[in-house]
Order: sequence, then C-alpha cells, then structure tokens
Amino acid sequence: MSSSETSPILELREVTTHYGPIQVLKEVNVEIRAGEIVCLLGGNASGKTTTLKTILGYVEPTEGQVLLDGEAINGIATDDRVNKGISMVPENRRLFKRMTVMENLQLGAYLRRDKDEIGQDMERVFDLFPRVKERLSQRAGTLSGGEQQMVAVGRALMARPKVLLMDEPSMGLAPVLVAQNFEIIEQINEQGTAVFVVEQNANMALSIADRGYVLQTGRIVLADTAQGLLNNPQMRQAYLGEI
Amino acid sequence: MAETVEAKAPRRIQLPVLDSFLWLIRLAAIFAVVWGAYFSLSSGRLSGAQWKDLVIFGLSQGSVYALIALGYTMVYGVLRFINFAHGEVFMSGAMVAFFVARGLSRTAMWTDQVFLSLFLVMLASAATSTVIAVALERIAYRPLRGKPRLIPFITAIGASFFLQYAIAGLFGFGFKSFPQVPALSGSFFFAGFRVLKTQSVVIVAAVLMMIGLYLFVERTRTGKAMRAVAEDQEIARLMGINVDRTISIVFAVGGAMAGAAGFLYLLVFQQVFFLTGFIPGIKAFTAAVVGGIGNIPGAMIGGLLLGGIESIGPSLVLTGLGIPSAHQLKDVVAFLALVMILIFKPSGVLGERVAEDRA
Ligand SMILES: Nc1ncnc2c1ncn2[C@@H]1O[C@H](COP(=O)(O)OP(=O)(O)OP(=O)(O)O)[C@@H](O)[C@H]1O
Ligand SMILES: [Mg+2]
Repeated sequence: MSSSETSPILELREVTTHYGPIQVLKEVNVEIRAGEIVCLLGGNASGKTTTLKTILGYVEPTEGQVLLDGEAINGIATDDRVNKGISMVPENRRLFKRMTVMENLQLGAYLRRDKDEIGQDMERVFDLFPRVKERLSQRAGTLSGGEQQMVAVGRALMARPKVLLMDEPSMGLAPVLVAQNFEIIEQINEQGTAVFVVEQNANMALSIADRGYVLQTGRIVLADTAQGLLNNPQMRQAYLGEI
Repeated sequence: MAETVEAKAPRRIQLPVLDSFLWLIRLAAIFAVVWGAYFSLSSGRLSGAQWKDLVIFGLSQGSVYALIALGYTMVYGVLRFINFAHGEVFMSGAMVAFFVARGLSRTAMWTDQVFLSLFLVMLASAATSTVIAVALERIAYRPLRGKPRLIPFITAIGASFFLQYAIAGLFGFGFKSFPQVPALSGSFFFAGFRVLKTQSVVIVAAVLMMIGLYLFVERTRTGKAMRAVAEDQEIARLMGINVDRTISIVFAVGGAMAGAAGFLYLLVFQQVFFLTGFIPGIKAFTAAVVGGIGNIPGAMIGGLLLGGIESIGPSLVLTGLGIPSAHQLKDVVAFLALVMILIFKPSGVLGERVAEDRA
C-alpha cells in the first residue's frame, strides 16, 4: 500500500492512560494515515473507548504523546482538538435528544463559518442518508436506533474532519443495518476522510479496513494489515469466532 | 411474536390510608378554593373594575418574577445547580438602577428624554447584574464544578450573604425610593382594563425581553450551544463548543434579565434595600420550579402564574371564606397554590424529567 509511505495524520506514541490510580492503556502505539481505514479491535473493557477519549483529550495520557499531523496535541482542550480536524461518532450515538435532527447537524458544523460549504456538506450527508433529510424537523430523541446512527455519523461529518473516530458503530443495530453502516464508512473514506473505527465485530471491521490493531487489557497485542489479521491463527481463535 | 417483556416501572409502596388522606386534603383544598371564590364573587365586595386592576397588577409583578426566574432556570439547565445568590444579583441591579435614576432625575433629561433616561437606567442595572453574575460564576462556582452538589450550593448561600452585606456596607441599610417619573404617572384604558403607565412599561419591557431571549436561545448559534451544553456537556465539547465560555454566557444572560427585572421592580414597588433580593428571589425560584425547572418558557409561565395568583388569590379565595385582611396572607395563598400545582404535576407545568435522564 502506498499510504504507508506518507506520515500519519494521527498517531499515538507510547500512550499510557490512567483513571485515577487505575491504569487502562499501556504504551499504546497507533498510526492512522491519510486515506486509510484503521480498526481497533478488542473485547469489553479492553480500553477501546479510552483510546478514543485520549485522542480527543477527555482524558490526558499519563505518559506518551498524541500527535496530529506530527504535532503533539497533549494538553489541548477537546474543543480545540475538534477544531484541528478530529471528530467522533461516540459510543451509543449520544445525539442531542431534545433538539431536532437539523439542529444536531448544525451543531456538528458549530466551528465552521463557511456557509456555502456547510450547505454542500449537508447535501452530502443527505446523499449518504436520504432518510435523514425526511426527518430534519423531528426531535432526535424520537428517531429509531438506525436513524440515530445516521444522524450521529452525519453530525460528525458536518465538522468536515481529517480523521473520523467511530466508537462501535454497529452496536445495537440489526445485521442488515450493520452491513449498510460499513458500506457508508467505506464511502466516507473514499471521499477523503481517514477513519479510525473501534469495533467488537472484528469480521465486519476487517472486511473494510486497511489495517487493524488488537487491544487486550490496555495493550496492543497485534498490529497488522487487515488481510494479515484475518489470516492470523491467533486472531481467528480469539476474535473471529472460529475454533 | 409480540412479547411484552418490558419490566414495569417499580410501583411505589402502597399506603392506602395515607394515600386517601392526601387525596382528602387535595379535595378539601379544591373545595375551599371553589367555595371561597363563589362567595367572594357573589358577595360583590369587589367591583369588576377592581378585579381587573388585580389582574393587571398580577401581570406586572409576575413579569418581574418571570425575568428573575429565567436566570434560575437557565443556570439549572446547564449546571443542575441552584444559584441561590441570584436574588442578590437582581437586588444589586435594582440598587444601581436607583442611583442612576436619582442622578438622572436631577437633570433636565429625566423629563425631556423620559424613555432614553429609563432605558439608560435599565441598561445600567442590567450591566451591573451581568457583571456580578459572571464574576460570581467565575470566582465562586467554577472552581467547585464537579464537586458534590451541596458544596456549590453552600457557596451560593455564602455568596448571597456576601452580596447583601456588601451592598448594605456600601450604600447603607435603609430603604431607597425610586424618583418619581412624571411622564409615567397616571393610567390609561386598554381593552377595558385600567393600566398604570408604569405597569405598561413593565409588562411591555418584560415581554419584549422574553421574546428576545426565546429567539436567542432557539435561533442563534450561541443559543444552540447553550442548549447543547445543557443536554450533554461531553458531546457539546465534541462539537467544538467551549463549555466554560458557554456557561459564562448563560450566567451573563440570566444576570442581564435579573438586572432589568431590578429596574422594573422599582417601577412597580418603588423601594429597594439590601434585603430586597430575598423574597422575590425565593418566589422566582419557586416560579421556575412550578414552570418546570430547566425549561425557559416554563419559567415565564411560572412567574406570571405566581404573580397572578398572589395578586388575585387572596381576594378571590379568602375574603369569601370570611377571613379579614386577606391580602396579608397573599404569600400563604400563593405558595399553597404552587404546592398544589406541584402535587398534581411534580415536574412542573412544562417540565420534562430533564434532571435525571442522562444516559
Ligand atoms: N471514567 C472512568 N473512571 C474509571 N475507570 C474507567 C472510566 N472509564 C473507563 N474505565 C475503566 O477502564 C477500562 C476500559 O474502559 P473502556 O471504556 O475504554 O473499555 P472499552 O474497550 O471501550 O469497552 P466496551 O467494549 O465495553 O465499550 C474499564 O475497565 C473501565 O471500567
Ligand atoms: Mg467502549
């Protein structure tokens, strides 16, 4: 892959994160390059969400660095990191339930002033999710789970991020929707956004990813191309549901 | 198969005796209200015009309560915190309104440029309260964010006393009387109601401010950021919203409303002293709860409701029950009425269960 020659957009370098005295991440190294889809796999409580929270500055690493475009962003406030081009579809979607779908999308573009381009991005979201366009004035809390997922992705895209983080996008969705969801991720990626997707659904994630990491109790235990991981016997046993 | 396995919400422990007793109290209260109202109205002790006067008075004091209530409800909305010192924020604005008005009343402007003068007075009081509210948040509340709820609450009580006695120390303990506004003496008739000119200023100004606030919160980018912070701070950050700055803006807007209310209060009640914030503060807080705390239109409705009940309630209910000097009991009536509303709708008139529904 040619992408491995370019320098990473987002990088975690030897990151260790604690919640109080409890260590959750241990010397984690992750790289995401332009144009890539990278997945982070791991079981419950392995530290996947914590990895994303460390990238966004909800928690600060106790050691190591988070780099965006080669520049350390440790210590920078979350909203400023968003301004620098990171956006996320959070675990459980977390829409503003009392606000309309339209308002949720507008809030996604909160930091932007380029009105015309915001309008274009809005159209792009509607192209990806025609359903969303029909629901613009509905309160987000009254949407179905699948629709909420669409709005959550749309809201994150409205920030026009360089890197899109996704925390278990397939959680709680029916199998048909999961497949659709991954197709959408591919489309978003083809339109030029690097994607870092956290998943427990390893098969699905690896089917669209370029590379993947496996996290086990806070440590990266495997890092390889998606194909490499799919063929890895250790991996097949532990995460791909084969004996 | 449509299996309904949904767990039923855990029922309260049934206490039939207590329950029926409470219902009895409610029925008795309703009966007393109906009975009292019937006799008050049929006795004809108050003329139709007098009732109408009470309505207008209720509306004007209710407007003041509503403006103060907005500050409580907005702050609660974003922080789940009762800013107990908000009454003092209001009082400080009223105090400054008095001094600016006194100064202006000694110039020709007070009579030549009435509305400009009054506008300046209101601007001064709103600005004062805004600054105090924002400073209060920055100095006293922000360092305590994330601490157990009781701690900022106690701090707010402390801040309340601090402001009361700081004002008393600076300006004295006595009552200060707002200067007469010659252009606003007298009254006029509107749709059959006699309206004092001062009352009309109060009502119109309050309504305009409330409309402005509503549009601000619903339509503007900053308003949306405020609602986002109220709903989910973490995700608001993810949108790029600066949460601290947004909270400051909430205090600023709430302070501005309270300051303006301080000036309008003086138009209705004429006097201010260092404890003026206390009772209207409590009442406005109650109004916010009755409207549904955290809900902006709720605070407006709650304030008007409280002002109205306080004004009309005693004459309507108590005189009919043969109680002398009913108006001394206006607070009793008003608060009983509010308790009744909360018994029937604990989340308030427009309240959703905003406080506990976070994922
Ligand atoms: N705010 C917190 N305070 C203390 N411990 C936390 C906090 N958040 C997470 N943890 C702990 O850190 C560990 C990793 O949590 P994390 O949410 O990162 O896991 P995860 O891989 O995302 O799990 P899941 O797949 O269930 O979402 C868990 O043991 C969790 O209990
Ligand atoms: Mg998680």
